[in-house]
Amino acid sequence: MARGIHFTRLETHEAGAPILSVTELTVHYDGRPALEEVTFTLSGGERVAVVGPNGAGKSTLFKAIAGVLSPSAGAVKVAGHGPGGHICIAYVPQRSQVDWSFPVTVADVVMMGRVGRLGLFRRPQRQDWERIRQCLTVVGLTGLAGRQIAELSGGQQQRMFIARALAQEAQLVLMDEPLTGLDLPNQGDIFAILDDLRRRQVTVMVATHDLNLAAERFDRVMLLNRRLLGIGQPGEVFTPERLRLAYGGHLRLVETGDGLAVLSDTCCGGDL
Amino acid sequence: MGWLIEPLSYPFMVRGLLAAVMVGVVCAVVGTYVVLRGMAFFGDALAHAVLPGMAVGYLVSGGARGPIFWWGLGTAVLTAIGIGAIGKRARVKEDTAIGILFAGMFALGVALISTVRSYAVDLAHFLFGDVLGVSPGDLWLTGVFGGLVLLTVLAFNKEFLVLSFDPVLAATLRLPATALHYLLLVLIAVAVIVSLQTVGVALMVAMLVTPAAAAYLLTRRLAAMMGVAALIGALSGVVGLYLSYYVRVASGAAIALVCTAFFLFTMALSPRRGIVWGK
Repeated sequence: MARGIHFTRLETHEAGAPILSVTELTVHYDGRPALEEVTFTLSGGERVAVVGPNGAGKSTLFKAIAGVLSPSAGAVKVAGHGPGGHICIAYVPQRSQVDWSFPVTVADVVMMGRVGRLGLFRRPQRQDWERIRQCLTVVGLTGLAGRQIAELSGGQQQRMFIARALAQEAQLVLMDEPLTGLDLPNQGDIFAILDDLRRRQVTVMVATHDLNLAAERFDRVMLLNRRLLGIGQPGEVFTPERLRLAYGGHLRLVETGDGLAVLSDTCCGGDL
Repeated sequence: MGWLIEPLSYPFMVRGLLAAVMVGVVCAVVGTYVVLRGMAFFGDALAHAVLPGMAVGYLVSGGARGPIFWWGLGTAVLTAIGIGAIGKRARVKEDTAIGILFAGMFALGVALISTVRSYAVDLAHFLFGDVLGVSPGDLWLTGVFGGLVLLTVLAFNKEFLVLSFDPVLAATLRLPATALHYLLLVLIAVAVIVSLQTVGVALMVAMLVTPAAAAYLLTRRLAAMMGVAALIGALSGVVGLYLSYYVRVASGAAIALVCTAFFLFTMALSPRRGIVWGK
């Protein structure tokens, strides 16, 4: 448990409550509804892909779950309580949203995840830096701890943010398009780390444009376009009707003899 | 070595050097966040906007330093909080709102000071500083308030760092982002007031931004950036004062020019982001 002086009173996790339960969630962004009446529940250790076109509300959903945006209606419960009392929710930003020239090293960024646990007026101690070293080892960045963050490759930058989530002792990790722009080996590294997180019972939601990866590498998939169009096994969710409902003309579907082939999601990057 | 020691035989030079060093350090440390958060225009506007407060202090006291400092401090803190609030609800863009406020306040300050017949000299001191007129009392005020600013930055440094690098992380760690933002605005305001006698309203932003920008080019960690910025700020103060002594130019301008020279030099030679060695 966190010691020291804190700004906010933190909630304990309610035994038996699901790690995430979202009920009738509606969020307005710039006066327009970005999410409407979204309801679903996740259990500990689950890995869920969130797919949908640009503007579908993927980032808005994540920010509402993290307690950064307030819902206009409905509720988010993390382990039984509203997200505002938790510091166990990690949001991994899109790489394009980060100022990579900021004067911080990889270890500095990972240490930022500890700030909530450290509390006011306490500087990181030897055991905190030791913990950072362990987190970097999990993601395979031990040797790069002292690098300025701009010196990392895209995959390494993404792994650094996962290490920060580990340092934060996150139980729920929300990753905003972590796979965009990564080549296959780098994506493989990320999934190996996500497997490790699953063993630690960490629940992970990943926003992605890659429907094939979503179908292959996740426990469940969620199809979103302002409304929740489906959550479950890829076979149940990625049906032609639902995909057309989500993407309209922006998706090329080919119905083959033994199923459905998705050619591409033609929109990528830069959405909210 | 005689040329180094000779100016020190004048007590006003010694006090000026001490003030310039303290101001250089305080402004550079606060300025690190000004540069990283892109608040240079805010700092410049704030320095100009405190003029009416100082003018009122000047009018009610007949020119005594103490009241000018306190009136300036009050105005600076209120203006900083006011600008912070404008940014959140203005109908025009934030920088436009700041521009309107700062020009209006500055004009009011000049108008107030111009009601005094002999105003030209005093106005020049407000605008460009009067580091050689620093009294022992001024030094104490600079030391105490500058020290408070440094201690506060150190106390909240890891929170300020998170807020500046990743506001969403600050929110998910449940840091009070709004309160921390206003605290930073107030710290900038106090740093501005502490420095006004040294470099004046018009050149204030040079102390706030230039050493920190030079340090940004040279370093890869925040603590190092603050340290190098403080060093450059303090050195600029000392070198600038010696320059003004020997070349006989205005001291505030000399200090700001040395800051600028430091920046241009590092921009050319920075190993990481410079023109010569950078990628």
